[in-house]
Amino acid sequence: MTTPQTIIEKLWQSHVVHEQPGSPTLLYIDLHLVHEVTSPQAFEGLRQRQLKVRRPDLTFATTDHSIPTTDRSLPILDPIAAKQVNQLEINCREFGIPIEGIHGARQGIVHVIGPELGLTQPGMTVVCGDSHTATHGACGALAFGIGTSEVEHVLATQCLLQRPSKTFEVRVDGTLKPGVTAKDIILALLSRIGVGGGTGCVFEYRGSAIRSLSMEQRMTVCNMSIEGGARAGLIAPDDTTYQYLNGRAFAPKGAAWDAALARWKKLPTDEGARYDKEISIDADTLEPMITYGTNPGMGMRINDPIPDPSQISDPLERDSVSKALHYMGLEAGKSLVGHAVDVVFIGSCTNSRISDLRSAAALLKGRKVSPKVRVMIVPGSQAVKAQAEAEGLPKIFRDAGCDYREPGCSMCIAMNGDQLEPGQYGVSTSNRNFEGRQGKGGRTFLVSPLTAAATAVAGVVTDVRTML
Amino acid sequence: MKPFTNFESRLVPLPNNNIDTDQIIPARFLKTTSKEGLDKQLFCDWRYDNQGNPKPDFILNQPRAKGAEVLLAGDNFGCGSSREHAPWALTQFGFRAVISTSFADIFKQNALKNSLLPIVVSPAVHAELLALPPDAKVSIDLVAQKLKLPSGRTVEFPVDEFSKHCLVNGVDELGYILQQQPSIAAFEARREGSINTLAG
Repeated sequence: MTTPQTIIEKLWQSHVVHEQPGSPTLLYIDLHLVHEVTSPQAFEGLRQRQLKVRRPDLTFATTDHSIPTTDRSLPILDPIAAKQVNQLEINCREFGIPIEGIHGARQGIVHVIGPELGLTQPGMTVVCGDSHTATHGACGALAFGIGTSEVEHVLATQCLLQRPSKTFEVRVDGTLKPGVTAKDIILALLSRIGVGGGTGCVFEYRGSAIRSLSMEQRMTVCNMSIEGGARAGLIAPDDTTYQYLNGRAFAPKGAAWDAALARWKKLPTDEGARYDKEISIDADTLEPMITYGTNPGMGMRINDPIPDPSQISDPLERDSVSKALHYMGLEAGKSLVGHAVDVVFIGSCTNSRISDLRSAAALLKGRKVSPKVRVMIVPGSQAVKAQAEAEGLPKIFRDAGCDYREPGCSMCIAMNGDQLEPGQYGVSTSNRNFEGRQGKGGRTFLVSPLTAAATAVAGVVTDVRTML
Repeated sequence: MKPFTNFESRLVPLPNNNIDTDQIIPARFLKTTSKEGLDKQLFCDWRYDNQGNPKPDFILNQPRAKGAEVLLAGDNFGCGSSREHAPWALTQFGFRAVISTSFADIFKQNALKNSLLPIVVSPAVHAELLALPPDAKVSIDLVAQKLKLPSGRTVEFPVDEFSKHCLVNGVDELGYILQQQPSIAAFEARREGSINTLAG
């Protein structure tokens, strides 16, 4: 009998092109997603070496990071951003890569459109010059972020030199209570393992609570794997995955679908397979989460007191929390509930899909956002935007007093002018609360779309369960 | 890639844990289409005040940082985004090695591809390095994988054989992968039908 394997090992082994003692493994990449920020230097490298793109048919580009989320019929005002966006168009034309540019009908955040178009499929290796590529793991793919040198390697050879990762089982069993979401699962995990807890590992999320998540919720969980230091995080495919994929633009059709389905059903982790590391989380005990500090591991239950650095024994950790509270302008021991906020941002590759907008809309319907708060809602893609319109969500948002915008990364990374001002507090559904991440001097609390919507209405950090 | 040679340098201590790539180079500088000109943007928001003046209390603005080639950073250095602009900015400032107790995966891979050596040391050695006087120098011998402390004591550090070979000989990984093209073609032929192309 063969040794039982995890899905992570199966995915790795099925993509080994070449192995040589003393060298990393040459791994084949099934799908390479490209965006404007991390690719221009890679294309320039190809030109300098006079290389072509080996598999433009396995490569797909879009523009998301640098583009404004305002009226798309207007030119990009920032000349540096405009040049970068234009350069991607030029590069894709020259190298024959399909692109959904700024005016594309299927444009969107790269990690939203990959699954949405059926580009991402179970059993694939997926890379992108972006650390949130882990998102695609929700479809049962081994998906990880790479740097620009590696973008060039994949463009030229469709391969990467890689070393195997450790396997890390993240088991979440039980049932989420009302007001507790997929975002709270991942923020709870990060608060337990810290931002380096998964370094060198790939997470496999398992257990009944994970199984009962929708595909979009699974994407939220996998998306933030990198915030725990894991390059990838994935969920084995099941009927939820297959139902989601069936009929999508690039998903296999007819006999090819049946053949793919037969392959995909062999992917889940074998009974008895062992992991290098394990952690277990009880979904029944989870509560809405919020971050208080300057990395995504600095999170707590929304009603918890802000941690007191003097209670932390490790001196470096004590120093980190102390510095974080200083930057955030927060006082140890107090509650964040009731803390005033200036901006609420609902969007990003973590939480900008139609289900995220629906959950925000359900809370905002018939209510007004606080006049003290600027509320930005940024759909993840043109398809999400179109679906939201079909359901009347933009009207709900606008009636409530929100600013509803065009698709892009927006204030998650604050490259496009959508940003916090120095000292401002933002409640955000995005993935990073690093110093200055959402604008120089800006201070971020990471939360779920439900908590963000509740906070928007109240004008202060709010436990959404008081409004359900 | 330039071959990585042995050198001796003062240390620039920046011992905060979990220094993320948004601190190493803020995202607003990623709109460039070039790899060059990033040295001024290294640690920009820690290094300059709102008027763009250097903050004297920040280590990179102090005399000891001038000409120093080794950054002594806290645990989990380079966490966060995959931006290769982080090692580009560090090397353009003049760093050739970063010493820490651990590195984030993507940063480490990006660093190795840019002749920036990530050196992992034990917490005890890290503490010893932090306690050194500002003018103390360490020397780095990559071939021997040894870090020599001012006391004369040497500490070994791990580097995988392949990365070491590439660094020491200035070999660029893409050149190596391109030599594997027959294996890549054979793999593609073997898997034809199970790869779902965008044309399909």
